[in-house]
Amino acid sequence: MTRIAFHALGFAALLAAPAAAQEQVRIMWYSDGNEGAVMQDLLDRFEEEHPEIDVVLDTVAYQVVQEQLPIQLASGEGPDIARVTNALKTDAEHWLDLRPYLNDAAYWDDNFGPYLDWMREDGSDAIPGFPTQLTLTGGFANKTLFEQAGVEMPGEGATWDDWIEASAQVMQDQQLPAAFAIDRTGHRVSAPMFSYGAIYRAEDGSPAPIDDNAMRFAEELVGWTDEGLMLPEVWVSASGTTYRAATEDFTNALVPFYYSGSWQVANLSQQIGDAFDWVAVGSPCGEAGCTGIPGGAGLVAVKYTDQPEAVATVMDYLASEEVLREFSERTLFIPAHVGLAEAGLDYQSEDSQVPPALDAFVASSSQILPEAAAMPGWLWSPAYYGAIVTRISQVMAGELTLEEARPLIDRDIADQVAAAQQ
Amino acid sequence: MTAFATRLGAAVAAPFALLARAIDLPLRGWQRLTGMGGMAAVFLAPNLAIFGVFVLIPLALNFAYSMTGGTDILLPDRPFVGADQYARLLDCADYSRAVTCREDAFWTAARNTAVFVVFQVSLMVAVSMITALILNRKIAGRGFFRAVFFFPVLLSPVVVGLIWRWILQRQGLLNLIVVNLGFDPQVWLNDRLYAFAAAVGVSTWAHMGFYTLILLAGLQAIPRDLYEAAEMDGTKPGRVFRRITLPLLGPNLAVVLVLALIRSVQIFDEAYVLTGGGPGTSTLFLTQYIYETGFASLLRNPGLAAAASILMAGVLVVLTLAQLALSRRAERR
Repeated sequence: MTRIAFHALGFAALLAAPAAAQEQVRIMWYSDGNEGAVMQDLLDRFEEEHPEIDVVLDTVAYQVVQEQLPIQLASGEGPDIARVTNALKTDAEHWLDLRPYLNDAAYWDDNFGPYLDWMREDGSDAIPGFPTQLTLTGGFANKTLFEQAGVEMPGEGATWDDWIEASAQVMQDQQLPAAFAIDRTGHRVSAPMFSYGAIYRAEDGSPAPIDDNAMRFAEELVGWTDEGLMLPEVWVSASGTTYRAATEDFTNALVPFYYSGSWQVANLSQQIGDAFDWVAVGSPCGEAGCTGIPGGAGLVAVKYTDQPEAVATVMDYLASEEVLREFSERTLFIPAHVGLAEAGLDYQSEDSQVPPALDAFVASSSQILPEAAAMPGWLWSPAYYGAIVTRISQVMAGELTLEEARPLIDRDIADQVAAAQQ
Repeated sequence: MTAFATRLGAAVAAPFALLARAIDLPLRGWQRLTGMGGMAAVFLAPNLAIFGVFVLIPLALNFAYSMTGGTDILLPDRPFVGADQYARLLDCADYSRAVTCREDAFWTAARNTAVFVVFQVSLMVAVSMITALILNRKIAGRGFFRAVFFFPVLLSPVVVGLIWRWILQRQGLLNLIVVNLGFDPQVWLNDRLYAFAAAVGVSTWAHMGFYTLILLAGLQAIPRDLYEAAEMDGTKPGRVFRRITLPLLGPNLAVVLVLALIRSVQIFDEAYVLTGGGPGTSTLFLTQYIYETGFASLLRNPGLAAAASILMAGVLVVLTLAQLALSRRAERR
């Protein structure tokens, strides 16, 4: 009897052993391109090295991250790690400070230091995670369409007016529906506003009233839409803060010039293939500069995790220079890692248009204006972006004049700030 | 085989029979104590519990949210602000001009929804009625057509929105036809009138099969001898419709009206995918306003969204009660 009991106990222990020894770390992840597959591959290798940790990559739609993750976090729930973009700053109170658990916190400070404020509360020195990529808004041009139209593409230092004028010539020659398109979001349109000299932040860090420089670009944008130069489907045919990208219009060669951002490079390469030649051209200039807006997605640890040590082990692995290099090279992302940025990367793409496009964005990053650089870490940028896109769209649709829209933009921002501070 | 089936049936039913016997005694005791009314309460209790958990409690929570401010999601974290959210929604210098209202998007959405309801419900009832009348006749391929008209009901509203967006977009199917007919292509969804008409038309197309089915069931329940008597009397078809079909279809029509009205006020998914609320705010409806205020914005405002949804629910209740009262009065006549 004793022997049977002993064997039964041993068998039970055998069954229970893997469950007890192995910790499970869940990552909420969304993908724009191939980064999910690359991440899974990297995690498979991590699990081979760390059999005691089981990492589950839960791939969800971006909307889930935007709408459901905040509710989970507010309830003290959620994954152990999440890939987040816009809410990096607004949800910063829910991120875990990895500093006490990391192997070498100095490595993180040295390499991710410039970007950590984007994902932690003001005044904090926490290390909540790391950016999986650095993004920068910028333009793309359909080189083939320019060549077919016999129009020279504007060169370095070209202004927004130069680009629209040249694109309008291409549009007329090639009988295209529009000269250019900008993604329908306040984030994208803020870059030219900063190039025109706009300032969003008051001295105390609160939102300043929208200024003349921002309104000047808004006026130009509305004028270009009225003249049929900007593709109306993207901005006019939606309301509120509805996001609409013009990627398909560019990949279908409906517009010769498209203002979006560096995260589109892999997507454009995949969608366009050899259908036409395209180039990244950085951000056109205004009087104040030729800035894009930096940003990026971050992988952050959630403070409600039951196993912070295991989470830190996973994060240490993913943030290591070697792993991040491979991730960036295979996903065609610009790394937000000081060491890698200095050393340079060997991007893995068979498309010869990709390396110059990425180089163009890297070169463009040297022209980022301070106001644009501050946006990812500024708590009220979503309020500004939302108000701008909502009201300017109404002006384009003929519901408001710019004079009517201006105080409404200020009121919308003030209302959002007041509501958030209640 | 029959004996085996009987034994199998008895075996399957045995646990339930046992359960029925077990609760029989306490139920008899309860009936003696409370009478038939008490028994009704017992049988309704499970459904009421489900209704309470999934409808009444969320409704109460929603009301509680509407009295709070801030961007926090959990109710205990949110400060009590009384009726401030309602005051903000109702604060208007001139109610006929949405732009003079503090929450102009709410009033624009409310106006759009009201216009949408009038057109969509009228169109829905008319089209469903005509379709039901046609499908009730002995026409060739009647079964096939009944299935065809019901098919869109089975589609996800998002799929419906996407299909019609592809048809109506600049390089869509409709423009292909328009160009082949020698006309200039249109950006249909960029025109306020066309976009609104598309929202009305698409939502009618998507749901009419369901209402047609209800009306068809009503038509088939009307005794044939009434029509035969009318035919023998030489009554004209229009008079038959007014004097026989319409009055006897009254209860079904009331159901269709109430359901179509509720569904119409709640319009969201297919319209959101189709037009995104644009151009400008011309197809921004109340549910989209609530969704964007409460969920889609990074600086979300659940209190304001809850207050807007309570106001919308209030209007729906009033409209439904008024419609039911009118139908009852019509029935009594």
